[in-house]
Amino acid sequence: MSQTEQLSYIAGQAADARLNLELETDGMVINLGPQHPATHGTLRLVARLEGEEVVEAEPIMGYMHRGYEKLAEVRTYLQVTALINRIDWLGSFANEVPFILGAEQLMEIEVPDRARWIRTLLFELSRIANISLFLGEMGLQLGAVTPAFFAFRDREFVLNQIEQVTGGRFHPNFDRIGGLKDDLPAGWIAETKSVMKRMRTFCDEIEDLLVGNEVFETRMRGIGVIPAEVGLSYGLSGANIRASGVDWDLRRDEPVGLVYDQLDWKVWTHPDGDSFARYWVRVQEVREATKMVEQILDGLPSGPIMAKVPRIIKVPKGEAYIQTENPLGAMGYYIISKGDLTPFRLKIRSASFNNISITPWLLKGTLVPDIITILGSLYFILGDIDR
Amino acid sequence: MTALEDAKSQLSKALGEDLLGAEPMPTFGAVTVENLMIRVRREAWVKIGETLRDVLNCKWFDFLSAIDWMESPFGRQLDTEQDEEESFTAPPPIEWGILGGETRLQILARVRTVGKSADTQLGVILKADLPDEEPAIDSWASVYPGSDWNEREVWEMFGIRFDGHPGLRHIYLPSEFEGYPLRKDFPLLARKVKPWPGVVDVEQMPGLDNEEEENVTN
Repeated sequence: MSQTEQLSYIAGQAADARLNLELETDGMVINLGPQHPATHGTLRLVARLEGEEVVEAEPIMGYMHRGYEKLAEVRTYLQVTALINRIDWLGSFANEVPFILGAEQLMEIEVPDRARWIRTLLFELSRIANISLFLGEMGLQLGAVTPAFFAFRDREFVLNQIEQVTGGRFHPNFDRIGGLKDDLPAGWIAETKSVMKRMRTFCDEIEDLLVGNEVFETRMRGIGVIPAEVGLSYGLSGANIRASGVDWDLRRDEPVGLVYDQLDWKVWTHPDGDSFARYWVRVQEVREATKMVEQILDGLPSGPIMAKVPRIIKVPKGEAYIQTENPLGAMGYYIISKGDLTPFRLKIRSASFNNISITPWLLKGTLVPDIITILGSLYFILGDIDR
Repeated sequence: MTALEDAKSQLSKALGEDLLGAEPMPTFGAVTVENLMIRVRREAWVKIGETLRDVLNCKWFDFLSAIDWMESPFGRQLDTEQDEEESFTAPPPIEWGILGGETRLQILARVRTVGKSADTQLGVILKADLPDEEPAIDSWASVYPGSDWNEREVWEMFGIRFDGHPGLRHIYLPSEFEGYPLRKDFPLLARKVKPWPGVVDVEQMPGLDNEEEENVTN
């Protein structure tokens, strides 16, 4: 081999090597979590990347699985409510309501009017407490710290009101089969009205801070678009599906034992289906909830708060399924009773589990920084996924 | 009510022999949405899913789970009259719920229509019997993608195989976990180690006999 040939051979090899280097790029696997300050709980996400693009993403849950469905089989109905408080811990009262309503269905108990109104009231207060934190944290996930501080500051007023009635900030355990544990304390109604005004101001502040902000808009608009058909087939519910333009709210379309049909309110939807739409719908929902609370406070009927129920609660044989529109979406309990002190089987349908099951489909083809905004805007609570 | 009757007749027309039973779920009080309960043959599971989605317009997937109808051999572990020792040796015969059943394990699922108008609100709750040895059913992942994770949960909790599922992996439990926790014969070890003090809560009030107790407000 002459020197020229040798040189050209080496050059060719080098070129091939460079070519190979450029073509055969290995995908990169990154691991997000399980600990992340912006998730409510511990969620791990394994994503395979091709450059900046996500090829495949797989959420890994179970770090907080507590097995409530099994535990409920050896607990009396009153004890189960203490457990299910811990499912969605930011809006705990809302977890109790569908379960209690289901048990009341089976026991055929007529709940007094006042109890139904106060239930709806506390339901909406926990919605405000729950979603207002999301409104702030969404800013935090995009690097804006101020909204999170605002949210924590103003949420405290709502939690104080809940605490004054129930005795617990996060886990009220206040709902009983047949009614409620206690009546409202004195002077509470006027105080709550002023808190509701304050929460509306909070919504305005948050909107001033974030909506229209260029960073916020460019990272939210058109990102993570969920078409309505896909969202429905994955079982999305709550604000996530209303942000895809589906006009459907269980509070209006299935007001089981609550008094939503006697209030004047509106279901908010957004046609876009992107992260921004999900955020926007939630802002409106908090506003609407504050108005609902005010209407309930004005229209609160007087009377007893507890129906006559036997002291030892044995739920008659049967099956019941009750679903309500919780802060995170549709939540339901399928109760099977065999006439014992404990449920024979309790299936818990929690909203976040189905809401987040869309992520492998949704994250495919998105960019790495968008993972955070998409997961954030779907708004899940790990206790609600892992149960 | 009319939507429910409509749905019932449409289903029996479309499914024929695969529909083993259909009746509205019993309700009490002011319930605005009627649930239609149906029991179907497991061989036609996918076809039924497609019928519900396309004919009855039940586009929203709610949940998919299972029921183990066997009485727990350990009682309720509450130190009550259900917890007698002889139940360990001879579990009582199985009693099924609404629409009956033939086997120990049943699939339980629900789909629903969505929308604004009041007369189209309809929920359908499905049950399907599974054979005792090697319980298996076709996967709904192609019909309702949302059932993917639900099926993974049922697979690990009840040991029910889903044919045609894209990837049956553990979802909550560690991958080396043995046993099916939500089956009734899986013991709740926490109760074996330490007896439950909860019996105090259901004790009778002192000075009350059974007849009085029925009328006492809680």
